[in-house]
Amino acid sequence: MTSIISISGLSKTYASGFQALKTINLDIKRGEIFALLGPNGAGKTTLIGVICGIVNATAGTVTVDGHDIVNDYRAARALIGLVPQELTTDAFETVWATVSFSRGLFGKPKNPAYIEKILKDLSLWDKKDNKIMTLSGGMKRRVLIAKALSHEPQVLFLDEPTAGVDVELRKDMWQVVRDLRASGVTIILTTHYIEEAEDMADRIGVISKGEIILVENKAELMRKLGKKQLTLHLQKPLDAIPAELATHNLALADDGNELVFTYDTMAERTGVTALLSDLSRLNIRFRDLQTTQSSLEDIFIGLVHNSAGAAS
Amino acid sequence: MNSHAILAIYKFEMSRTLRTIWQSIVSPVISTSLYFVVFGAAIGSRITEIEGVAYGAFIVPGLIMLMLLTQSTMNASFGIYFPRFTGTIYELLSAPVSSFEIACGYVGAAATKSIILGLIILATSWLFVPLHIAHPFWMLTFLVLTAVTFSLFGFIIGIWADGFEQLQIIPLLIITPLTFLGGTFYSTHVLPPFWQTVTLFNPVVYLISGFRWSFFEIADVSPMVSLGMTLVFLSTCLVTIWWIFKTGYRLKK
Repeated sequence: MTSIISISGLSKTYASGFQALKTINLDIKRGEIFALLGPNGAGKTTLIGVICGIVNATAGTVTVDGHDIVNDYRAARALIGLVPQELTTDAFETVWATVSFSRGLFGKPKNPAYIEKILKDLSLWDKKDNKIMTLSGGMKRRVLIAKALSHEPQVLFLDEPTAGVDVELRKDMWQVVRDLRASGVTIILTTHYIEEAEDMADRIGVISKGEIILVENKAELMRKLGKKQLTLHLQKPLDAIPAELATHNLALADDGNELVFTYDTMAERTGVTALLSDLSRLNIRFRDLQTTQSSLEDIFIGLVHNSAGAAS
Repeated sequence: MNSHAILAIYKFEMSRTLRTIWQSIVSPVISTSLYFVVFGAAIGSRITEIEGVAYGAFIVPGLIMLMLLTQSTMNASFGIYFPRFTGTIYELLSAPVSSFEIACGYVGAAATKSIILGLIILATSWLFVPLHIAHPFWMLTFLVLTAVTFSLFGFIIGIWADGFEQLQIIPLLIITPLTFLGGTFYSTHVLPPFWQTVTLFNPVVYLISGFRWSFFEIADVSPMVSLGMTLVFLSTCLVTIWWIFKTGYRLKK
């Protein structure tokens, strides 16, 4: 798959001296959904700001479909739609007027049929003549998405798109994102809801303290870093882990009623068979068992903690 | 050239004007009419002619300029400051538009509004005083150039301002006093020689003088000097705006 966005040696130091981005190198593939995860202040919004032309880079280059964002900004920006994190809208304008304005601003001729389609897709059609100030927060978020889509962009940036949006609306929005991806639009999203990244993304990038600390195919990331846990619900509780089981990576939970075994799915031997035979030998019986795989959230927290630890 | 973008910004700003027609059109027309009533009809009838022109008619070009300068500045400064204040400026910065196109949209709309206002006030003044325009072409030229120049100036203030107070300071504390002292209500020839020289440092003198010349063929300075000074100020504003967008001053972090 070819790259649609190429970021090379990008850094940003604000006038205050704060270095928000440290030498970022990143390629976004055409047609993928790329989730950018990172704690608050990690540099996500700055990175998006530089690509979209809102923030001036200190060094480095960015190209969008081969167009440099500085020297060939018209071609680069015409390909991009941006949904910002803040709900910044023209309060006194109608939904129809503001979305039509965005299309014109991005150099596209009028196309009422297309605007109608977007508004219908985003369940905004019956609000088209309403002033934006009368809309709920979730509806305003949809208006921002409609504005970003008004000029038929090839790349869509969604900066925390579901913050403050209720569950139903969020599901609708993700359906729109899936449809866009199906139509060939590349989507870059940042989110605090890691389950959304897990659900939606093809690839995940983790940014921490202005550095991209990991970029990985989501499934590969989960496979590589995913720890699995085997929980055994014991028939009789244990006070402590018997010395004979000390070689296994075990922990007691639920007041000794559960024995939790953590293992690496990538290891040559997981140790599950050996553990079960040792338990049988020690006559420790269990009435049920279950396995769980660590979520992206666990992986994310682990990565950011490791990065913070390494930095300190 | 992204003509769709210029048109989109222009229409957006003009629809804002129409939405607030009482504040943007009716209110300045009424306040300027009050000047006509007080200085033209009531007090003006007791003042002798100035250089052969009845006082009521003499102040018409000055009053139109007073309104033109303050309204152009305030319109354009508010037009660009409001998106900065609400945060919607992100869209403008991320759009494939050049600084020239953005300025064209905002300044064009602000200047259009001022020109419309100027013409309404000119028409209104006919109700109060007899008027004759000696050079209609030059009258319109000065009207358009001044509206555009001060809309550009307002655009710069809208980018510079960091709050609503700063937005108001320049029109209220600088432009209005300079206009009052620039010959709106009098000819600078009536001043003592020293103050006549001081007045030449007031750029508004040249604007009012040129505009008044197009009506009555009387001027404090040569009309060509007035035209030249207007063009110098226009060019200075254009260069400043070009620099603002090139450096991202107050717009980009």
